[in-house]
Amino acid sequence: MDLERDLCVDMLSTMHKIRLFEETVDDLFARGLVHGTMHLSIGQEASAVGSVFALRAEDYILSTHRGHGHCIAKGADINLMMAEFLGKETGYCRGRGGSMHIADMQGRNLGANGVVGGGIPLAVGVGLSLHMRATGEVVMCFFGDGAANQGAFHEALNMTAIWRLPVVYVCENNQYGMSMSTQRAFNIDRVSQRADSYGMAGVTVDGNDIVAVYDAASEAVGRARSGGGPTLVECMTYRWKGHSKSDQELYRTKEEIEAWKRKDPIKMFRELLVSEGTLDEEEFASIEEEASRTIAAALEFAKSSPEPDADTILEGVYA
Amino acid sequence: MREITYAEAIREALRQEMVRDESVFLIGEDVGRYGGAFGVSYGLVDEFGEERVRDTPISEAGIAGAATGAALVGMRPVAEIMFMDLTTIAMDQLVNQAAKLRFMFGGKAKVPLVLRTPGGSGTGAAAHHSQSLEALFVHIPGLKVVMPSTPYDAKGLLLSSIRDDNPVIFVEHKLLYKMKGPVPEDDYTIPLGVADVKRPGRDLTIVATSIMVPRALEAAETLAQEGIEVEVVDPRTLKPLDDGIIVESVIKTGRALIAHEACKTGGVGAEIAARIAESEAFDYLDAPIKRLAGLDIPVPYNRNLERHMVPQVENIVAAARELVG
Repeated sequence: MDLERDLCVDMLSTMHKIRLFEETVDDLFARGLVHGTMHLSIGQEASAVGSVFALRAEDYILSTHRGHGHCIAKGADINLMMAEFLGKETGYCRGRGGSMHIADMQGRNLGANGVVGGGIPLAVGVGLSLHMRATGEVVMCFFGDGAANQGAFHEALNMTAIWRLPVVYVCENNQYGMSMSTQRAFNIDRVSQRADSYGMAGVTVDGNDIVAVYDAASEAVGRARSGGGPTLVECMTYRWKGHSKSDQELYRTKEEIEAWKRKDPIKMFRELLVSEGTLDEEEFASIEEEASRTIAAALEFAKSSPEPDADTILEGVYA
Repeated sequence: MREITYAEAIREALRQEMVRDESVFLIGEDVGRYGGAFGVSYGLVDEFGEERVRDTPISEAGIAGAATGAALVGMRPVAEIMFMDLTTIAMDQLVNQAAKLRFMFGGKAKVPLVLRTPGGSGTGAAAHHSQSLEALFVHIPGLKVVMPSTPYDAKGLLLSSIRDDNPVIFVEHKLLYKMKGPVPEDDYTIPLGVADVKRPGRDLTIVATSIMVPRALEAAETLAQEGIEVEVVDPRTLKPLDDGIIVESVIKTGRALIAHEACKTGGVGAEIAARIAESEAFDYLDAPIKRLAGLDIPVPYNRNLERHMVPQVENIVAAARELVG
């Protein structure tokens, strides 16, 4: 591994913040303090962080319903995320969007998306705008294995390929579209095989190995930025939690979940950093403490923030 | 004033706005060399090049998504869907993305796109190339819906639509493309949400949209010879709807006839009738509000059946006589 120490600290710290954010909101739900549902990405942190860290601040992302990790990795203010999660006026979307629609326009996060695959055609347009304005920026579009079977996936990837747009598609293959396993939903081994049929580069990596994800994403981002066109990066990963809050987990075994937990992306990265002598236990403790402080402060900010005023309900429909 | 066709007026608006604003571009199937299925964008690729007059594969969801994404980050795309029936293929991107993004993001994003599409029957193209689906879009918060009936309105409304910071569904009519009318050469805009009285009259208000406007005006000529003075009101924009001018007209005439080509059930006529009934005009009504609209069937191929499905001049004349008599 030849990543800079500061980058490693930043990536590990971000993974911890994502994990703790989601554990915290999971707990809020369990205690009946949250209105609505949520889709947790616990277990997928390497895929989000490794991918987004290959971008520059001025690059864009399009996220998914399972998007807390992408949002935090892109540099979101966690106070505003937590406030949005609790439906508060101070949240990123003034409490109008919630978990499934958090967007940070200033931070160039064009939003989570409640429609599976809904962001994939948007990436064509964002890429087209960046290309036409010759900004040198790229857009990274996340989606899951389920979205790869949406019809719009086909239209969008083809258009991106024929116009050689600066787009990086990141398929977070967490093995299930709700309850439908990839074994049942695909007759191919890897989603990235489809890249070939559009004439674009495609690669599958261990999505729990943050270094592998970062390397693959960096190559794809470099290709996009230099006019080499789009790439389909597939990160093989797993969500530890159910699809959403209604999930009874009837479609997978405890053994399968436990096997993936042994491949915890945070644990794997920490082991690597120890073995390489990059960081020690004391530094890990300080990273964890910082994550705890950040999430606790965000929760405090969100709880003490005001609810939206009903008099403002019509705002924001039209510009 | 010089006269040009409805299609030429639209093309002129596109050309003038592309000259004025570099962020405006066209995207759609065969909009380049071919000029669009109805020739509306003919020649623009020679002036602006293939980047700004962008042919796409046959991918309606992709076109709508590309327009929405580009609008989200600094461009003003004008997308074309070749036939209004095919906007259904693009519905997720239009209804769930373009229309909702701004609201879902707390008012912090804008989606300035125009989606041009021709609706309407009368060309023998049958059920997959003839439907009028404007009511679907009127129902969606976040979208605006524009439906011009004259070359003058088409140009001025299109320029306003492109400059608007919201997604606008711009509904053209195939039978109007060759209709000529006076159009100023310079750049002018007609504000969205303002209706127009196409003919003043005292006995009956006809609220007509798109192709029904010239038919209502023709009917009004016939009726005038019988001493019935019809006022023809064209909303021009279905969303936002200018109910003020409509209500004012009905208060004056005491009678309201609504004419549109789209199927009657759930059509915009129902909304217009309800707005009149809910307003102070209700007390002035001397007869029940009447709707003339398409039959509730898919558009048939056979020439006679196709014509029979949609209100014609003679149907408007008959309905007006009935209301006034």
